[in-house]
Amino acid sequence: MTATIDWYVALSAILFTIGALGVLLRRSAIIVFMCIELMLNSANLLFVAFARSLGDLHGQVLVFFVIVVAAAEVAVGLALIVTIFRTKRSINIDEINLLKG
Amino acid sequence: MEFTPPEINLLIVAPVLIIMAAGSLGMVIDLFMPDGKKGWAVWLAAIGLLLALAQNIALWNGNYETFIPQNGVAMVVMDNFAIFLNATFLLTGLLVIPLSRSYLQRTGLEKPEYYMLLLFSISGMMLMGMANDLILVFLALEVLSIPLYIMCGMLWPRPESEESAMKYFLLGAFSSAIFVFGIALVYGATTTTAIPLIFDAVAANGLNAMIVTGLAFLMVGAGFKVAAVPFHMWTPDVYEGAPTPVTAFMSVGAKIAGFAALLRVLMLALPQASGEWVTAVAVLSTLTLIIGNVVAIRQGNIKRMLAYSSIAHAGYILIAVAAAADNPSAGVSSALFYMFAYLFTNLGAFGMVIALERNYGEGNLLDDFKGLAKRHPWLSLAMAYFMLSLTGIPPTGGFSAKFYVFGAAIEAELYWLVLIGVITSVISGYYYLRVVYLMYMFDGEGQLITGRALQFAVFVMAISTLVLGLFPEGLFNLTAEATLSATRLLAGG
Repeated sequence: MTATIDWYVALSAILFTIGALGVLLRRSAIIVFMCIELMLNSANLLFVAFARSLGDLHGQVLVFFVIVVAAAEVAVGLALIVTIFRTKRSINIDEINLLKG
Repeated sequence: MEFTPPEINLLIVAPVLIIMAAGSLGMVIDLFMPDGKKGWAVWLAAIGLLLALAQNIALWNGNYETFIPQNGVAMVVMDNFAIFLNATFLLTGLLVIPLSRSYLQRTGLEKPEYYMLLLFSISGMMLMGMANDLILVFLALEVLSIPLYIMCGMLWPRPESEESAMKYFLLGAFSSAIFVFGIALVYGATTTTAIPLIFDAVAANGLNAMIVTGLAFLMVGAGFKVAAVPFHMWTPDVYEGAPTPVTAFMSVGAKIAGFAALLRVLMLALPQASGEWVTAVAVLSTLTLIIGNVVAIRQGNIKRMLAYSSIAHAGYILIAVAAAADNPSAGVSSALFYMFAYLFTNLGAFGMVIALERNYGEGNLLDDFKGLAKRHPWLSLAMAYFMLSLTGIPPTGGFSAKFYVFGAAIEAELYWLVLIGVITSVISGYYYLRVVYLMYMFDGEGQLITGRALQFAVFVMAISTLVLGLFPEGLFNLTAEATLSATRLLAGG
């Protein structure tokens, strides 16, 4: 039995769902951020799988763009999380709740 | 395999390059400047924006394309649609700079990075307008968002500013992950990410479940950026915590860029799926109008009130997008008109909020507006005028914009949507006019901190709003030409 494209679509859909649920349910900013990375990488998996099955190179190139953007987001995101940890000594997003109304 | 390099003409993308070059140059100059000197950054940014605006206008009617790979479909198009949006973003930048200066000085934020990040963010917005490929739309979305995340948090170690940056960052990254997953699905269904080729693929093979799912993901991703209900939860918190000039910039620039992405995807890539997306857009629009306007009523903080007001205005633009399904020319051009008019009105209102804010977070309550009319008659008059324009009372730019949007929706037979739009406009009168009431009918201690730059910018915006209210035809013709050029490129493939 060989793995068809459907398997990869299903796998990346599962990864995406795990990531999205993690963003909505987890409370630590770092874990939420890791879940976002998981979502981005599920899209990457989908790009590569489609590129392979459609015989088109574009999809593989696009993955590099997404990786670069993810890296830029990590740089900014971790810096923000570190600054907020310095001020509040916590990165639990339930405790970061000054703004509401 | 032989490698053919893509056709590239840098003159066509010069407006973006000028902005990026000015931003990068500023970062380098900053290294060699003594700490005391900071004034140069303002001028560098302003000159960069003006040069880019001039080059941008010179390209009008050119319908240029560049970055053409082997498949012959340009990744970057400089049609009138893109030029109009670029002009909108550049004007936003030019008006935000005079609004920022004195605020930055009194909050200790006056750093060259602020202006450079502003430029980088504008370059992303401009790329968004010019993108003819979904992956470029995604890159543009990130180039505009990442500097904004930093700008929201620039007032660290104040916890409100940090919290605003973190909330914006987490939800912004979440929405771009959804957006990129949508691109992957569309790519899988059509073997391409080029917008005209997606159109061709759908024309040839019809729609399938994967394209429609991908479209839904793309709409959710863009929905976060434009702050449409139910994807708006972040907006009030982020707008309240960010430094006020950044809020002003975000509420105009990022929103218009989000709509640029939405219009490119819906109108140019997947117009054949309009039967699928028109209902979704109409429902989003209804929810956005009702929740935005109703929740704004009970806000006591002017920044939160304007945040909900900006959510509500996204709802009015969504009416135009829904109308574009049946009536592309009127729908898209009225959306462009609305965004242009909204730029002056909303930045003007934020100008007053900035002037009223003594220190970060002080003077942001609605009650602080009490009695301003006695001490600052002219600026209070301008603020009252901006509030009338946001409500949509003639003769203001806001009225003309609503007039065109509702007109397009009536032509598209979306009567119930127009009805909701009119009713919510009446509701919005309550909270906008309350600001006027507080300024004129009460006594208070409120004092504005205004520099000449801020007064000049507010004056320019009030005049522009008035001109758009009295003579809207000129701008409307421009938006019609912009719409036409985008659809013409599509027809030409």
